[in-house]
Amino acid sequence: MSIEQFLSEQKDAILKGWFDLVLDTYPPDTASFLKKQDNPFTNPVGHTIREGMGHILDELAGETPSGQIGAFLDNIIRIRAVQDLTPERALSFIFSLKEVVREALRAESRQPLPYDELLAFESRVDRLALTSFGIFVQCREKLYDIKANELRNMTFRLLQQVNNVDEDQGKKPDPAD
Amino acid sequence: MAKVTTPKPAELVTSIDLKPSGKEWMDTPAEIKPGTFCWGAKAKNLNIVEFPNARDWNPSEEDWKLPENWQEIFLTGMKNLLDKYRSFKVFMDICVRCGACADKCHFFIGSGDPKNMPVLRAELLRSVYRRYFTTSGKLLGKTAGGRELTIDVLKELWYYFYQCTECRRCSLFCPYGIDTAEITLMGRELMNLLGLNTDWISGPVANCYMKGNHLGLEPHAIMNSIEGMIDDIETITGIRINPSFNRKGAEILFVTPSGDLFADPGTFTCMGYLMLFHELGLDYTWSTYASEGGNFGFFTSNEMAKRLNSKIYAEAKRLGVKWIIGGECGHMWRVLTQYMDTWNGPADFLEVPVSPITGTRFDTSRSTKMIHITEFTADLIKNGKLKLDPSRNDDLIVTYHDSCNTSRGMGLLEEPRYIIENVCNHFHEMPENTIREQTFCCGSGTGLNASENMELRMRGGFPRANAVKFVKDRHGVNMLANICAIDRATLSASMDYWVPGVRVTGVHEMVANALVMKGEKERETNLRGEPLPGKEGN
Repeated sequence: MSIEQFLSEQKDAILKGWFDLVLDTYPPDTASFLKKQDNPFTNPVGHTIREGMGHILDELAGETPSGQIGAFLDNIIRIRAVQDLTPERALSFIFSLKEVVREALRAESRQPLPYDELLAFESRVDRLALTSFGIFVQCREKLYDIKANELRNMTFRLLQQVNNVDEDQGKKPDPAD
Repeated sequence: MAKVTTPKPAELVTSIDLKPSGKEWMDTPAEIKPGTFCWGAKAKNLNIVEFPNARDWNPSEEDWKLPENWQEIFLTGMKNLLDKYRSFKVFMDICVRCGACADKCHFFIGSGDPKNMPVLRAELLRSVYRRYFTTSGKLLGKTAGGRELTIDVLKELWYYFYQCTECRRCSLFCPYGIDTAEITLMGRELMNLLGLNTDWISGPVANCYMKGNHLGLEPHAIMNSIEGMIDDIETITGIRINPSFNRKGAEILFVTPSGDLFADPGTFTCMGYLMLFHELGLDYTWSTYASEGGNFGFFTSNEMAKRLNSKIYAEAKRLGVKWIIGGECGHMWRVLTQYMDTWNGPADFLEVPVSPITGTRFDTSRSTKMIHITEFTADLIKNGKLKLDPSRNDDLIVTYHDSCNTSRGMGLLEEPRYIIENVCNHFHEMPENTIREQTFCCGSGTGLNASENMELRMRGGFPRANAVKFVKDRHGVNMLANICAIDRATLSASMDYWVPGVRVTGVHEMVANALVMKGEKERETNLRGEPLPGKEGN
């Protein structure tokens, strides 16, 4: 059995376990809301995280073509980068996937997964983690950009006027002439 | 040289805390974190409007420099508010904590912080109410849901009452009709008594009190700004517009938020007003004194809001106009439709607004004598008074964000949509549980549109942005229209973070782009100076 096959067969259980671990990073009242509501507009955080994790699992299981993982990671991390979470807690969900898969493998009664397969899978998760660091930093940098841009936009028209005034003054004839 | 202590790997691992504490809310004091709060008010701004306990203070410092008798001030203030406003007393008493409001707040949805649930945010104050104003709370304390007003509790109240935009979405779902916005209003009144205002609010309040607008623009600056717009309009249309300022005897006074005068994209909306009024030949005037429709006083105290708003009727009387049109703004309209009449009325020196172009009488405003510009423009279009070429907006795939105050506050739902559908060809609504009465706030209203609290703004803006992302992915939406100056400013930031590629516009910018004006030259660009569809190669 390959890791892809295992992930594909166990997807629902792994996704549930993975999502539950993410919910543990929120206060209990919040976790219960994020879990119970499935409407993407009533509960956009819960929906985005669950949907994104499902797609990430699909891709790791080889069920969907590769290339979309970054976008789904971005959707999740963009939210967690502005929530009241430390960076460690914000990105811990990536590493939780290893935990959940190991747990599921322990419960697996059939022939054990070759060790190399597991290591290869964990290396892929590590690469996801590195990608996630990049996305997290981009999100934080974006916040600072937005702050700076707001300040610039607030004063842009004023500065434009000042510059115009200066230009006009430059064109005005000197009264002494 | 200082000795650097490097943590051991094992220490590093154990120091990473991946779970919240799990303590009860009363045992979890608020942690005032950068990115979530606005800077404290400066003494000079509070002194200008004679607000009490003015001092420079910093929310991130331990010492807030409170007056010694701050508890007495707070509790006396609370008693006065409970005596004065029966609604406040009722809202303190009747909540059964059913939780219907809990998951309706954009700040809770986006942040996941339980104290942003409207029920719990109100409970922060209710617990103080119970302890000091109910018999059970006085006798039983925490058992009866009461708690002492400590410095930590005060800081928590401050922190969370500045994490509510008074959008009133939660009140839609409350079976008792509790308006959490009113509880926040009361909470902020109490903060105001202790000088715990924010710089972002108190600065504009002081400006508005002295100069008539939030930005503190003096008459020549306002005229200069509009002059600049007129130059741009002439470049684009070949038409020179000549608006009047402070003109006595004009039929109509026009008042708009000052954000429209200086900050893009509000300036393009303002150009839209100018072009529309010119095309109609409207007998109207700008005022450089009543030069602000918005009212940040509303985010401090009832009395301050009333003082700042009084200039609108006073200027209408001085100029001798018959009635008033107001520009695209959000909270301005909540104030104008729900408060102005009782604060500053009766406006018996004005007439019920009647459109001089269509003859329509706006009876809905027969008391305030002031109508929203989208009511005016929708009526013009309905009566076929405007020549419009919506294809000039063909590069735009538009969705519409209902501002909290114009939708939930005054029921202005159809007019903006009717206008948009007539001035552009591609319009798509966001999902129904995110628009109209159920609209999600931009996340930055009630004076929370500072830059230093950007994380908070992004959290609060997420539910709205998420719905925009949905229509962007499904229909290719690239323009988010609205009728609020704060929306125009803050949704731009929100889109930049959450849904890059979607820009923000006022409705009258699109009106002016589509408006075929008498004697105009062939237009090559829109109001932003970008080529019109089909003119890209020119």
